Amino acid sequence: MQNNNNLLTAIQMYDFYLYDLQLYLDTHPTCRNALAAFNKYRRLRSEAYELYAKKYGPLTPSQSSSEDCFEWAEGPWPWERSDG
Amino acid sequence: MFAYEKKLQYPVSIKRPNAKLAKVVITQLGGPDGELGASLRYLSQRYTAPYSQVKGLLTDIGVEELSHVEMISTIVYQLTKDLSIDEIKKSGFDTYFVDHTTGIYPIAASGVPFSASIFQSCGDILTDLTEDMAAEQKARTTYDNILRLSDDPDVSDAIRFLRQREIIHFQRFGEALRLAQEKLNSKNFYAFNPEFDGRNNKR
Repeated sequence: MQNNNNLLTAIQMYDFYLYDLQLYLDTHPTCRNALAAFNKYRRLRSEAYELYAKKYGPLTPSQSSSEDCFEWAEGPWPWERSDG
Repeated sequence: MFAYEKKLQYPVSIKRPNAKLAKVVITQLGGPDGELGASLRYLSQRYTAPYSQVKGLLTDIGVEELSHVEMISTIVYQLTKDLSIDEIKKSGFDTYFVDHTTGIYPIAASGVPFSASIFQSCGDILTDLTEDMAAEQKARTTYDNILRLSDDPDVSDAIRFLRQREIIHFQRFGEALRLAQEKLNSKNFYAFNPEFDGRNNKR
């Protein structure tokens, strides 16, 4: 995966890994290795989300935190940027 | 990307099965003014839409409509679970049952399966937002008719919530249309399509 923003690439990788683990855990709900990985990457993902929102703006509407202007609709939408 | 949350936007708790009512409510899943068509309409239109507020609104309402698809599906599921075969025959639900048992499948009340031909993505923001406003009113009318037909207060409660959302969406789309018009030449909005006419396509 090639991306102009390393932090967004990291988030996409965490999200994809977590999503793939989620599908695996749906059918293997007691696999301790998968559960450990899920918990580890869930934490990394949430830290990266917070850092990204602070630096570049919200990824979800609830990350819009400015008191002057709702930032959610600002900036490029995913289909408009080269880095997804 | 999309992510799922394990909850409904508004609670649905129906105590009595009612196949006859399920037969009309399902039209808001797969019918001509249903929630599935609404979601696909807005989520398709947003790609070429100009102006950040309009892109944001089409995205957010398109996503909310998916939550409404889930609410309507839940109403139909709860109305049709624990039905006896006698009730299925008597209510006229047998024509649905024969193909789908009690599985949830997007059709209109008439039995016509969902089709993308019920909506447009014209690539012209004035046209699309005008369709969107009409679509919200058409869905509001359908909810009014469901309320006229419903004899179950639990169904009517959830339907009243969905009806109210149609009115809110109509208001917001009206504001989006005004925003788009303000950015165009007020003497002739139609002289220029901001989704197509630009540097490469002079008019």
